[in-house]
Amino acid sequence: MKRILFPLLLLCLSAVTSCRHEELILYSDTYETTTPQYTSVAGFYLLNEGNMGTNSSTLDYFDATTGEYHKNIYAETNPTVIKELGDVGNDLQIYGSRLYAVINCSHKVEVMRAADASYIGKIDLPNCRYIRFHEGYAYVSSYVAPVRIDPHAPKGCVFKIDTATLQVVDTVTVGYQPEEMEIRFGKLYVANSGGYRVPDYDNTVSVIDLATFREIKKIEVAINLHRLKGDRYGYLYVSSRGDYYDTHSKLYVIDARTDRLVDSLDIAVSNMCIDGDSAYVYSTEWNWTTAQNTVTYGIIDLKERRIVNRSFITDGTDAEIKIPYGIAVNPITKEIYVTDAKNYVVSGTLYCFSPEGKRLWKVPAGNIPAHFAFKGEYRIEHTYTN
Amino acid sequence: MKKAAVICLLITGNILSCTGLCAQGKLDSLQHLHEVGISARRQVEIIAPQQLDGKELERLNSHSVADAIRYFSGVQLKDYGGIGGLKTVNIRGMGTNHTGVFYDGIQLGNAQNGQIDLGKFSLDNMEEIALYNGQKSEILQPARDYGTSGSVYLKSRRPKFTEDEKYHLQATMKCGSFGLANPSILWEQKITRRTSSLFNAEYTYATGKYKFRYRRTQPDGSVAYDTTATRENGDIKALRLEGGFFGTSERGEWNAKLYYYDSERGIPGPILNNVWRHGERQWDRDFFAQGHYRSNFGKRYRLLINGKYAYDYTEYLRDDYRELYIHNHYRQHECYLSAAQQITLFSWWDVSLSTDFQWNTLNADLRDFPFPTRYTEMAAIATTMQWERVQIQGSLLGTFIQESVRNKQKASAASPNKNELSPAAFVSFRPLEHHDLQLRAFCKKSFRMPTFNDLYYTDIGNKYLKPEYTVQYDGGFLFRKNRTHGAFRHFELQGDGYYNVVTNKIVAYPTGQQFRWTMLNLGRVEIRGCDLAAQAGVLWGKVGLNVRVCYTFQRAQDCTDPADRYYKDQIPYIPRHSGSALLSAEWKGWNFNYSFIYTGERYSSSENSRLTRLQPWYTSDFSANYSFSVKKVKCRATGEVNNLFNQHYDVVANYPMPGINFKVILRIEI
Repeated sequence: MKRILFPLLLLCLSAVTSCRHEELILYSDTYETTTPQYTSVAGFYLLNEGNMGTNSSTLDYFDATTGEYHKNIYAETNPTVIKELGDVGNDLQIYGSRLYAVINCSHKVEVMRAADASYIGKIDLPNCRYIRFHEGYAYVSSYVAPVRIDPHAPKGCVFKIDTATLQVVDTVTVGYQPEEMEIRFGKLYVANSGGYRVPDYDNTVSVIDLATFREIKKIEVAINLHRLKGDRYGYLYVSSRGDYYDTHSKLYVIDARTDRLVDSLDIAVSNMCIDGDSAYVYSTEWNWTTAQNTVTYGIIDLKERRIVNRSFITDGTDAEIKIPYGIAVNPITKEIYVTDAKNYVVSGTLYCFSPEGKRLWKVPAGNIPAHFAFKGEYRIEHTYTN
Repeated sequence: MKKAAVICLLITGNILSCTGLCAQGKLDSLQHLHEVGISARRQVEIIAPQQLDGKELERLNSHSVADAIRYFSGVQLKDYGGIGGLKTVNIRGMGTNHTGVFYDGIQLGNAQNGQIDLGKFSLDNMEEIALYNGQKSEILQPARDYGTSGSVYLKSRRPKFTEDEKYHLQATMKCGSFGLANPSILWEQKITRRTSSLFNAEYTYATGKYKFRYRRTQPDGSVAYDTTATRENGDIKALRLEGGFFGTSERGEWNAKLYYYDSERGIPGPILNNVWRHGERQWDRDFFAQGHYRSNFGKRYRLLINGKYAYDYTEYLRDDYRELYIHNHYRQHECYLSAAQQITLFSWWDVSLSTDFQWNTLNADLRDFPFPTRYTEMAAIATTMQWERVQIQGSLLGTFIQESVRNKQKASAASPNKNELSPAAFVSFRPLEHHDLQLRAFCKKSFRMPTFNDLYYTDIGNKYLKPEYTVQYDGGFLFRKNRTHGAFRHFELQGDGYYNVVTNKIVAYPTGQQFRWTMLNLGRVEIRGCDLAAQAGVLWGKVGLNVRVCYTFQRAQDCTDPADRYYKDQIPYIPRHSGSALLSAEWKGWNFNYSFIYTGERYSSSENSRLTRLQPWYTSDFSANYSFSVKKVKCRATGEVNNLFNQHYDVVANYPMPGINFKVILRIEI
């Protein structure tokens, strides 16, 4: 009997050969993409959102000067930050010499050096969504205002943060679940979604006077607003997500001089990026009969305010992209970057297209690659005067 | 030989006489008959289950059924940590929803999400836990028992009295880490010679606080970060009340039971950067009443009737100012009635017909909630043939499901009717005359219904979902040897190799719009695995030694779409290698136990990369107990140390498990 038992025990033990070892920090991967480019855009950071609850938001960096793509650089650069970057990265911006990442479900804005993404500090803000800057201050939209009138349906707010001290200096209550913002003519515009109040969505854009930091107006637009981007003529483009049933997604135009709704475009918008006179948009809409997503791409001529091109990907790569998510246009080379979030639970892909829509390269990115921040000395010119 | 005669008698159809005899026997013979009962039943099993019973269960350092189940091979437990944390079981990689959990012979249902939290079931009153792959090979059983891909049978304690005993009283107190205070009482009363009653109450209180640690190092070995924090909001207060009447007759047995469980718990949530505490809370109130009647009519006909009514109430509250406020109430009702009949055509041939009816509803205060009702009719025909060396079982289950909804707004119409057939075939063969060696095989096709959440959850549910199918092929062996002399008294070795395919797997699929998902029948998973389990009993003078070792290999691959980057990757949370070992030594009134659990590396996502890789973990638990008597009062004191080497690990990513922890148990029995 012993003769059977002991070999069996040995067999079982040998299966248990894979033991624990010290858990290493997650280090980066580097991918070669293309030949180096020497323009005033040195490269860009890409923030991967990470699926909610998994603490898997990561930061990637594309170095245009070497053509190398560095995936997942945060933990390696900042090994002492406990539990890395956090849960659900929702916005990424460079202002001055600093890189700001809004980490939604970690309830913070991470402040890093733009040069190498090394940690400077963090600002604790509840349920923060997007960030914009103006004259030394950062403005962060948040789903929850500190003062809660109805604790079960809190209004959102915008926090004003002094970028020198990283302290909140003021707060203004806006509509329900505010999303993207834009600053024009000394005013801050916030798209209110009301996403927590389904089916009673919010339908307004809040206008905040930056001098007094008070809400001076609410512009009624459409339900469930999300994207808000300004062009160089002083107009704002606001997307409505619709209710995912009968009311479809649409794009609205606000004149920031008069704060009035002036136009609308019958185009579904999931995300958009404005560069010069062009807005690059895409939309994904679910079709119940085919049980598939219908993805559409397009370019809007902002001068003429009409859809000029129904596809900025011309080489058929769009068939490969399951769920387009992040979109950006290189301000100098005009290359178009599109990310594919796939099924949201696995790692995504970053595609780079030429201005003509031909695929130049693609690299694996993190989980839900989404937000871009270009680094460099370039300037974006506006034709309006503040 | 005498034993063999008893066994033969039992095989021909009358297990019940055993229970009948038990009531008449003396203490010694009760013990003896209990053993015979078990070995006889094993003979009837075409595929023997893995089981833990009586003493073995007592020896485990386990709080709940979930902890005990980890000692079976082929099983993976998903554990969110702590006493109140959700614990679900996955058999052979097919998914939690394919696992049937039966409590005293009747399946526990959860039409809402199909998951049974095994952490809710205490080991305090558990007499036996058995795991069946495929199905139980008895044929006098409800149709529902044929309907799962793998099943866990929980058998709670039932009164057993010797001739001169009138009652049993037992009180237990457990205290330990996590602020645990866990008293329970058990009262068994003999009413007449053939009827008895049982009452059992248990209260669990725990703060659920424990230290956890996250540590990372640089490639050069220096510490990157090393942090220790306390797990918060993992508290639990739970009351369990159980009562029943049990009876036997010349021809059969019956029982009627009531069960009530009332709890409030915190949901500790994942540990994230900058988030160390979550505020979700959950209240559960589960009630069920069930009855069971089994009788023989003549020598050839047997009847089994089961009935159940269950009400489950769940309240979920998220009141964290930083997040969306949620306060939902869910109420589920289930009615269930089953009749099974078996006819012995010849001494070697039995046939049975089982018919079940089940009714489920779910009420929830969700927006646009459709209030679904499900009617399920099941009919199963089954047959067994048993010869000296060969046993065969075949069964065919038909399941017919109709659903209706009360609220027909928007997309929430009822799901179409479903009619499904689940065939199964089992065979076992004993090639050697003088050795107890069995070769066995089965194949089974089964399915699981989409849950109410899959079908109707506002904005996410998809009423067009089809059932998720599994096909299982299994081949294995069992070798047993019992001796009445020498050091080695008992030896058992079981092994199985299997191939399972899950098709139409229900997965969440993004609909493009942010945070919007729907459920689709997209996935395909292929699972190749093997289970090995060995047991041995050694007697050295007055020292008794028991060893139990399990090993599981599973290659569970996502074969959904070759275009996916994760095609053929291991599915989340299924390790390739896992195993357990239990060692116990008995000497006079002392008992020492050591248990070891190993779970190999796993991935937290369908994509296997070093970002989603989770470290293997292994824990060692040690306990010692001493039994003694003070006059007529039997006492037992136990001390436990769990996670002896203080390993810090996550079973589910970002849900840290407790390090070293302690427990003291005192039990008195009259």
